[in-house]
Amino acid sequence: MPRLNAATRHRVAFTLNGRPVSLEAEPRLLATDALRHGLGATGTHVGCEHGVCGACTIQIDGQPARACLTLAVQLEGAAVTTVEGLAPERDRLSVMQAAFRRNHALQCGFCTAGILVSLDAYLREQPAPSEQDLREVVGGHLCRCTGYTPIIRAALEAAACLRGEPLSQPSDREPAHV
Amino acid sequence: MKIETISWTGQSLERVEDAALLTGRGRFIDDLGVRPGTLHAAILRSPHAHADILSVDVAAAAVMPGVAAVITGRDLARLTTPMVAGLKVAVENWPMAVERVRYVGEPVAIVVAADRYLAEDGLDAIEVEYRPLPCVVDPLASLEPDAPVLHDRAGGNLVSDRRFRYGDPKAAFAKAAHRVEVTIAYPRNTGAPMETFGVVAEYDPHEDAYDVLANFQGPFSIHAVLARCLKVPGNRLRLRMPPESGGSFGVKQGVAPYAVLIGVAARIAGAPVKWIEDRLEHLGAAVAATNRVTTLKAAVTAEGRITALDWDQLEDCGAYPRAPEPATLYRMHGNMTGAYDIANIAIRNRVVLTNKAPTGLVRGFGGPQVYYALERLMQRIAAELGLDPLAVIRTNLIPGGAFPYRTASGALYDSGDYVKAFDLALAEGRLADVQARRDAARAAGRRYGIGFAAVVEPSVSNMGYITTVLTAAERQKAGPKNGAQATATIALDPVGSVGVHVASVPQGQGHRTVLAQVVADVFGMPCEAIRVVVDLDTGKDAWSIASGNYSSRFAAAVAGAAHLAATRLRDKLAMIAAAQLGVAPAQIGFAGGAVFAKGNPASTLPFARVAALSHWSPALLPAGVDQAIRETAFWTPPELSAPDEEDHVNSSLCHGFIFDMAGVEVDAETGKVRIDRYVTMHDCGRVLHPGMVEGQIRGGFAQALGATFYEELAYADDGAFLTGTFADYLLPTATETPDIEILHIETPSPFTPLGAKGVGEGNCMSTPVCLANAVADALGVAQLDLPLTPARIAALVAAPEPALPESHRERAVGPGAAKPGDRTLRGQGQARVAAPPDVVWAMLLDVDALASIIPGCHGVEKLSETHFKADVTIGVGPVKGRYKAQIMLSDLDAPRAATLSGSVSGALGTGGGSGRVTLTTAGEGGTLIAYTYEAAVGGKVAAIGGRLLDGAAKAIIGQFFAALSRRAAPARPGFIARLLGRRP
Amino acid sequence: MKPAAFDYIRARELPEALEALARHGADARVIAGGQSLLPMLNMRLARPAVLIDIMGIAGLDRVERDGDLIVVPAVVRQAALMKRPGLSGEQPLLAAALPWLGHYQTRARGTVCGSAAHADPSAEIPLCLVALDGEVRLRSRRRWRSVRAADFFGGMMVTDKADDELIEAVAFPAAMTGTGYAFREVARRHGDFAIVGCAAVVTRDAIHLAVAGVADKPQRRSFPPLKGSALTDALNGFAWDLEARDDFHATARLRRDLVRSLGLSTIGEAQRCLA
Repeated sequence: MPRLNAATRHRVAFTLNGRPVSLEAEPRLLATDALRHGLGATGTHVGCEHGVCGACTIQIDGQPARACLTLAVQLEGAAVTTVEGLAPERDRLSVMQAAFRRNHALQCGFCTAGILVSLDAYLREQPAPSEQDLREVVGGHLCRCTGYTPIIRAALEAAACLRGEPLSQPSDREPAHV
Repeated sequence: MKIETISWTGQSLERVEDAALLTGRGRFIDDLGVRPGTLHAAILRSPHAHADILSVDVAAAAVMPGVAAVITGRDLARLTTPMVAGLKVAVENWPMAVERVRYVGEPVAIVVAADRYLAEDGLDAIEVEYRPLPCVVDPLASLEPDAPVLHDRAGGNLVSDRRFRYGDPKAAFAKAAHRVEVTIAYPRNTGAPMETFGVVAEYDPHEDAYDVLANFQGPFSIHAVLARCLKVPGNRLRLRMPPESGGSFGVKQGVAPYAVLIGVAARIAGAPVKWIEDRLEHLGAAVAATNRVTTLKAAVTAEGRITALDWDQLEDCGAYPRAPEPATLYRMHGNMTGAYDIANIAIRNRVVLTNKAPTGLVRGFGGPQVYYALERLMQRIAAELGLDPLAVIRTNLIPGGAFPYRTASGALYDSGDYVKAFDLALAEGRLADVQARRDAARAAGRRYGIGFAAVVEPSVSNMGYITTVLTAAERQKAGPKNGAQATATIALDPVGSVGVHVASVPQGQGHRTVLAQVVADVFGMPCEAIRVVVDLDTGKDAWSIASGNYSSRFAAAVAGAAHLAATRLRDKLAMIAAAQLGVAPAQIGFAGGAVFAKGNPASTLPFARVAALSHWSPALLPAGVDQAIRETAFWTPPELSAPDEEDHVNSSLCHGFIFDMAGVEVDAETGKVRIDRYVTMHDCGRVLHPGMVEGQIRGGFAQALGATFYEELAYADDGAFLTGTFADYLLPTATETPDIEILHIETPSPFTPLGAKGVGEGNCMSTPVCLANAVADALGVAQLDLPLTPARIAALVAAPEPALPESHRERAVGPGAAKPGDRTLRGQGQARVAAPPDVVWAMLLDVDALASIIPGCHGVEKLSETHFKADVTIGVGPVKGRYKAQIMLSDLDAPRAATLSGSVSGALGTGGGSGRVTLTTAGEGGTLIAYTYEAAVGGKVAAIGGRLLDGAAKAIIGQFFAALSRRAAPARPGFIARLLGRRP
Repeated sequence: MKPAAFDYIRARELPEALEALARHGADARVIAGGQSLLPMLNMRLARPAVLIDIMGIAGLDRVERDGDLIVVPAVVRQAALMKRPGLSGEQPLLAAALPWLGHYQTRARGTVCGSAAHADPSAEIPLCLVALDGEVRLRSRRRWRSVRAADFFGGMMVTDKADDELIEAVAFPAAMTGTGYAFREVARRHGDFAIVGCAAVVTRDAIHLAVAGVADKPQRRSFPPLKGSALTDALNGFAWDLEARDDFHATARLRRDLVRSLGLSTIGEAQRCLA
């Protein structure tokens, strides 16, 4: 059974945005630090390191995951997607990214990577989400700048666009409970 | 002043910033590379609210693998001087504790190591011996004569007490038909940007110079504070700021003390040092808005017209009055009458220190505290006089024709039409709709309320307002302070393309986009042709004392300065082109990337050719033009003068207006509030980018929603900090934040280059009180303090509680805590032991017995007959820590009763408690052990693991008595285990 | 905020994990989804010497039926259970409670058994297990045993699991005909741990109400099919018996109030399902 010693570094290999990568990691190295400082993929941001803010959300084998609650060694053999892997080309934006820009769905942009990664995973599962569905998905992230409404608008717009529909008005908004 | 042709400014263009941010190519401080050999810092922080530091033993930490240096407060004190504050008071503002800690989370030592993991390992190895002191967390308690004093040399905790009188409030109160009064305890909260602080510092011993990269939002006046603290002239502190910053909301001003700490760490370590604050550090010790106790009285006529206000504000700045505090208390000084025309004001402003983290800039900066009192008062006036709250607001609003309007305390409101904005907000059926919804809800027996708030949003603060805390004589001695220098530089390169630089680092406000719009309009160029750089370097960029991104000054001051610089450069280009085309400069126009003679389309030059001329052929420059390569404009408005002899101060240049209306429904059963409608009307002068203005309003609203219902930086009475994680400091998410309706009118500011005013903070001022007024209306209550948690709201309307049923009366009910946030753990229990009381008693006094009873004990040392010292590992589940414990026995009544008290301290925090144990004979040779206990936990565990504590304490105390029982009666462990419910 | 050092064992077969647990006992922690353990590691609240990762163990990742029991093994993520086809018919209480469990992102990683092991008194999985009188199946190198949920939970992070044991699976009784189920919760924000969570299981002969967020662990009480004031009196007694405490997020009084009101409405909803 593979046992990785605490004090030594171990080779971890996985695919990052479709390309094979590897790095040396102690067992305690967090996936956030491995991606950012080990592999230079600094688009994944670190906001709380206790799994609440969602800024570090990545996809592991297509499913969303808090990178701060993942050890680098747990990425072994996985297919990892980060915000750097969402656009179809380096000089283009994805449909969702373009909708974010159109709707001013970001200000400082620190939380944005995680939200984009979550929405990307979710829309593959549920291509026709309601506004409330999207509010619940985005509810797993903290954004301190936008007040969320432009993010929800962008996500609805992008989902419709990905379904090949013309842009439509958002459905009736559920009043939020506080 | 106005610009002639506008094509870009005022449009909601897509932001130039966004593509990089959306694709993961942002350049935040932790995304930038560092020099090879850069070390990483971690900071040890105080678990105590107030304690003397007896010793800091770093020997073990210093030899840990990878550790390069360990820095203590004494090391810091050798190399720096305390940071200056805005107050003349004998308080030493060290950025790291030297001899005493005064709040939980205060830095005590820094470990510098090869990486952050190793640095944190080093922290675990530092041994600090503290002598805990009594502490005070409540500002009113801090004023009491017997309150613990934080800074002995200051003589007390009250560090400033100033009274102001404008007009004749005494006479107005004497003849008032009514007096209405509110008392408010405004809580502590914070901006909580998603990116925490970061610093990378380097020290050159030969030049005695510091180079500090930090996601600061200054440099403003703080650069001077830092240089002085580091004991270098300003030109030997090079402060650089990265291009992107992940939000600030004022808070990133608080990175300043860490620039000193990490600078000194780099100096001692002899290598560049990097530190990225973690979220626990941020919530516990970064920057809090002030909590404030306010009593506000109004003199009111029978018709509801206010003739005077009497403010009594008690400001709590935490443990140190850190620069620029007490600015939070004085930022609103000119506009203490809000949107109302009130001639007479009395103000008493006191600043008090308590054992909590120091305060500083947080979005709204004094506005939430002031308007919560003022607008609650407006609602109370209506309620107490039986008037319509809207009528009370409208009758007191400053009339439309009165601008520029001078307030009683000296602000000059630049422009506005408050009555018109107010009427428009309610028009088109908006008020009628909310009223109809209220009536329908109430008819159905539901609790629905409507709230309003009218607010003046100040922006572009006067550097001199802070000096209002000093007396006129003290100000004279210190020299006058005033103004709001803003600067921008426009440069033309040798191919004639345009670059812009400003001394205002954005934290998401889209500076690069707006500046490109403004400058493109001046030069008649496509917006995308303008390149804007916003990272800042005090070593080579133009900046001044007011430079930075705060006080909502970007649109009004910084974009205006860019417009000025561009206009100056354009006028020079016009002279160059005029010489080339043989027309008068006044005939030259700029459009479509070309420079042309007006009325003669054939007479045109490419913009780039004219713009490059100063580089390539300066000999062709016409007389009167030195160069048209680079223009740096500095702009400060003449309206911002220093406070006068009578303490009048124009505390801000611009004054926007907001009128908000909320309709809410309260669920009395759950204490939760549903926001049904929210309308916010703004007048922020000329709107430069509607999409960004909407973004500021929505973002401010969401933060205000947090302040209203969720957010509090909470402390227990013993100074323990309770909200150290995002599981306890709750930010609103997408499921809590409703959509809102945003309205605008535009009355351009006559005082700013572009007519724009700030808009970044208004809803943080208006929304909390608007929502509170709506909740008060729904519940029919007078007193409401934030945050409006479910428990607070439910308590306001709760009927008497159904009694404990008769059949349960004999059952003991665990005593509840006195108030939410009191984390005192209380409990009781009993155990039956098959050994007589004297045997059990002997064990409580026996070292060996105790060693086997105390959970996780590694050894007991007897200090006296009744005082023991132990080394223990305790915890529940995976949460275990090693602690030093002291156990004392008192009130001995052998062999019947004793009080056991103890304290523990370790890396996870501190704990203390006491319990009374009684032994009674039970059955044959048996003893019934009964115990009650009270315990309190502080430090890290209290801040981050609040939800663990009850269970943990219960489990550990259970373990103690289980072990006691086992040892007293080893023959029958099964019986004991059954009684105690569970194995340890 | 970085973890202290630990060895990491990637178990590929169950016996490997059990062997490691037997050897390291209290010094080891099992990591599955990591949604509760990693924050404690990052904050250095927990500092195990060894982490045993069980997510690579084959055969523990599929929800299966064992007669009337829905058996959820150790490696099943919360999202996987939530997406199980037909869950709302198979056990409506689970289907109603799972969307309240954290967020989309944490459910995609967190496991059902991990939530049981963490034993948070406010959490939905322990509440459902207790409400349905489900069981927790524990395995060590020495033995296998099954514990009733009510006996398993002791308090926050305190359970009947021995240091060398692993939660192999939890088992929820499937819905039975003639039984109504309902779940309701009040939390500060969507996705937060409950201030009070209620799960009701109602038949023609009995009312079972389980409550989370009030006592040290989820507590279930059974009543005869009471109505009107008899039921409200019974709920009042239950509310007092739970010995609610104040904490930063809510008062004991609000918690008792919610047991009375939310308890009643949850029972009412379960009864409507029955009818």
